[in-house]
Amino acid sequence: MKKLYQMSAVELGRQIRTGELIVKEAVDSCLERINEAEPHLHAFLARNEKGLEERICEVEEGIRKGRYHGPLAGVPAAVKDNICTRGIPTTCASKMLEHFVPSFDAEAVRRMEDAGMILLGKTNMDEFAMGSTTETSYFQTTVNPWNREHVPGGSSGGSCAAVAAGEVPAALGSDTGGSIRQPASYCGVCGLKPTYGRVSRYGLIAYASSLDQIGPVGKTAADCAALFEVIAGKDEKDSTSSGKPFEATQELISGGLQGMRIGVPEELLGEGTQEEVRNAVWKGAQMMKEGGARVEFFSLGLTDYLIPAYYIIACAEASSNLERFDGVKYGYRSPEASELHEMYRKSRQEGFGSEVKRRILLGSFVLSSGYYDAYYLKALKAKALIKKEFDRVFERYDCILAPAAPATAPKLGTSLSDPLKMYLSDIDTVAVNLCGLPAVSVPCGLDREGLPIGMQVIGNCFREKEILRTAAAYEALRGEFPMAQLQ
Amino acid sequence: MGKRIDDAVMDNVELLAKLSLGSEEREKVRGEMEQILDYVEKLNELDTDGVDPLVHILDEVNVFREDVETNGDGREDALANAPKSKDGQYMVPKTF
Amino acid sequence: MAKQYETVIGLEVHVELSTKTKIFCGCSTKFGGRPNTHTCPVCTGMPGALPVLNRKVAEYALKLGIALNCEINQYCRFDRKNYFYPDNPQNYQISQLYLPVCHDGFLEFFVSGEKKRVRIHEMHMEEDAGKLIHDEWEDSSLVDYNRSGVPLLEIVSEPDMRTAEEVIAYLEKLRMICRYLGVSDCRLQEGSMRADVNLSVREAGSKKLGIRTEMKNLNSFKAVTHAIEGERERQIELLNEHREVVQETRRWDDNKEASYGMRSKEDAKDYRYFPDPDLQPVVISDEWLEALRREQPEFQEERKQRFRDTYGLSEYDAGILTQSRHLADLFETVADLSGFPKKTANWLMVEGLRILKEMGMEPEELSFTPEHLAVLIQAVERGEIHHANARLVFEQILEADVEPLGFMEEHGMRIVMDDGALTAAVEEVLKENPKAVEEYRSGKEKVFGFLVGQVMKKMKGKADPGKVNEALKKAEDSLLLIRQR
Ligand SMILES: [Mg+2]
Ligand SMILES: [Zn+2]
Repeated sequence: MKKLYQMSAVELGRQIRTGELIVKEAVDSCLERINEAEPHLHAFLARNEKGLEERICEVEEGIRKGRYHGPLAGVPAAVKDNICTRGIPTTCASKMLEHFVPSFDAEAVRRMEDAGMILLGKTNMDEFAMGSTTETSYFQTTVNPWNREHVPGGSSGGSCAAVAAGEVPAALGSDTGGSIRQPASYCGVCGLKPTYGRVSRYGLIAYASSLDQIGPVGKTAADCAALFEVIAGKDEKDSTSSGKPFEATQELISGGLQGMRIGVPEELLGEGTQEEVRNAVWKGAQMMKEGGARVEFFSLGLTDYLIPAYYIIACAEASSNLERFDGVKYGYRSPEASELHEMYRKSRQEGFGSEVKRRILLGSFVLSSGYYDAYYLKALKAKALIKKEFDRVFERYDCILAPAAPATAPKLGTSLSDPLKMYLSDIDTVAVNLCGLPAVSVPCGLDREGLPIGMQVIGNCFREKEILRTAAAYEALRGEFPMAQLQ
Repeated sequence: MGKRIDDAVMDNVELLAKLSLGSEEREKVRGEMEQILDYVEKLNELDTDGVDPLVHILDEVNVFREDVETNGDGREDALANAPKSKDGQYMVPKTF
Repeated sequence: MAKQYETVIGLEVHVELSTKTKIFCGCSTKFGGRPNTHTCPVCTGMPGALPVLNRKVAEYALKLGIALNCEINQYCRFDRKNYFYPDNPQNYQISQLYLPVCHDGFLEFFVSGEKKRVRIHEMHMEEDAGKLIHDEWEDSSLVDYNRSGVPLLEIVSEPDMRTAEEVIAYLEKLRMICRYLGVSDCRLQEGSMRADVNLSVREAGSKKLGIRTEMKNLNSFKAVTHAIEGERERQIELLNEHREVVQETRRWDDNKEASYGMRSKEDAKDYRYFPDPDLQPVVISDEWLEALRREQPEFQEERKQRFRDTYGLSEYDAGILTQSRHLADLFETVADLSGFPKKTANWLMVEGLRILKEMGMEPEELSFTPEHLAVLIQAVERGEIHHANARLVFEQILEADVEPLGFMEEHGMRIVMDDGALTAAVEEVLKENPKAVEEYRSGKEKVFGFLVGQVMKKMKGKADPGKVNEALKKAEDSLLLIRQR
């Protein structure tokens, strides 16, 4: 029989709902697993211990009284540390916010609480979500649960590693350029980046506001669908949140692939892609074809311009979003400065890590007088063309299939030395953010070292239902994916 | 590509970003920035004549709130994280 | 021979809107709360907080834009203006640069009897900054974000003004329009109207603009006038000495009556404006504009003319009564209710403005029920109250909005208007004083006053002398006729 920590979030929720399991058992099994794994894994930055007992009782009672409607009442979860939690430190894995305690919950967190989910802690990440290995965290390095010598990916590395290791059945991450999908693929779990505007960004500490989205991480597409349903929907506090309705997504699992038109862009399976990744995705596509989908390769234009447009826009917005960290209202203030601008400079110089500083500088440069048109405006025009290209593609296909990353998880300590190379590895994920599309990453194989490979299913805006249905159908064809053996 | 980020440009972006890099860090970052900027120059191959820059992906417009007071006294929450405060105000090095 | 110089002035005026809440959050805009008590995560720049636009701000911007004859950007957007300063909690101000809500309008007004037109370059919505005060004890600055996020409209004129007089007239006209629209109370002292003056000088006849400076911190018309004169002289002196005017921002010091440069090497002038990704665009439909156009009030000029035509007021009176929309509204309501427009004008202008002045109030602050004044005026016209008493009642109406008839009754000010009682008193007096009647008839006009006094005595003072006169004369005439017959 499955141990509790091996269960998916939806299965755990079902057992709690039917009374086979009480909330405390579910929570205790997670806490036990956390105690077991954390000494090696370092996925958590903070544990939510204060008031946990009361919360468990409250939810247990609520479940018995039928107060909760969703499928995840009583299910424990973790939240990435750039998502505000009232009374619990929210650090963005930065020295800058080491002691910052928000006075309010992010809207997504509030909705999780309303759905009866139980927050167990905050997960590690790349500093201010800038990075793809979780190594730029100021506090600690999270390792890959499949192999401790490798990175978990990033920036939502903590959330994905925690789910992969069974510390929690589900978690929230955030995705600005692949930050949910890429670590999900490195860790062998399922991660969804929703359509821009689906999930309120209120309480998500912004990296690049036009690209950021909060999304779920779970063991299966069904888990992601369930948590997505909990957190999605219009929020009056976020002007960029959409009121578009979304269908109940649990029934999608039975939807199957019949009639689904799937396109596979050749450009994302080319030379730059690790052979095992290419083969695994190709095999996945084959399976879907056999499962009833119409699958074909096609040529996606403009792929050379994805990374340039993405980094210009992301850095520009980041340079402005991170101006508020100045040592005045919260966060780190250098003890040495006596003059105002010296205080700004020293606090920021000492409070931010080098990856963050590089992006702020790049962003300041591309927005500065004399360069704005050539870089920033040009990137926005490229974005317009890229969006058009995807509009064209979605006239022909319901979903696009692509790797979640060109390669499996690299070894710890090998990525940060060459920033450009690191940026280039985001090639498979950034288009989704530039165009606001939803995409889900599902595990589709292991490389010869036993590291997981992830496949993305990308859909048109507000078509989460289609991509989750496709992912779930693929999971059924693939069979259960193994869990990481912590070693 | 040549050296687009000379000392003056580097001084200026540090000033704009309110950072003071040490000399070693500065040279390293300068090199990385130049490498990255060289790469993103790729965009110049793209013909964008007559293309409107795309700012907002969502097509929603006129997202308003009504002019109704919803917030009370937020002073305690506001100052809870302040590195330095006095009399309910944030304290900063003098600005006059 | 000394060269002749021309002064060229453009203005950037910030007007604080009189919405109940801030531009991007539900915090109060009330003036004068304890520091940081009108704050929330949004207006203190907390990480994770997001702005949502107050509908009223867009509406007020459009109303003013229409009144200033502007073209409207029917697709408009917000941009971020990035600069570090502690009064600016995000270290960027949400403003508009690329697609401001209004542009290319004009404002017309009179200066020394001549019509002047100043072009409006553009007008945009933005958020106000917090307040910094100096703490002498700690030699530090203290920050209060109660003002942070209060909505502003910035109105940028073309450099079309030449004298301080024109500038003042422009500001007064702008203030009048804002007040008529109800979008701002425009108090310079409280900072709800702030003018930055861009000024340059050039040789008379020259078409080329000189190098300009920008002066900030002008919080009274007097300061604006002095700053303009001082800066003009300073620049002319520099030019006469063949030195250069430096393009810079200068701060006006009201106490020293001088300005000084605000340069600092840390003050980056490069604001790196870019579209704010946190706010969706504002699209202004033709229908919305049309609805606002229909709601536009009648402004001073038209109203003044109408008051002259409809109520027969003099140019002067109509001018004074229309200086405030509220005063004009009051006048119109009371005039219509009472049926005595000229009397209404007199009461409001003579007594009303005197009392306001004594109480240090503005016409906008008048808050009494118009019916009360109308009833009082009618009572006066019916002779139910002595004028001196009516002034007292009027004061009570202004201060405490008392109901005049009740008040008059209570304080014994009401003149008995029972005609029977008056006629009886007159008849009694005529009967009791046959000698006096005889004398009056023989031509001794003076005796008439004696008779009036006797009637008043009988009425215990509660009679209007005019009415008594009238009644006496009537009685006399009828007596005379009876005798002659
Ligand atoms: Mg301004
Ligand atoms: Zn607020």
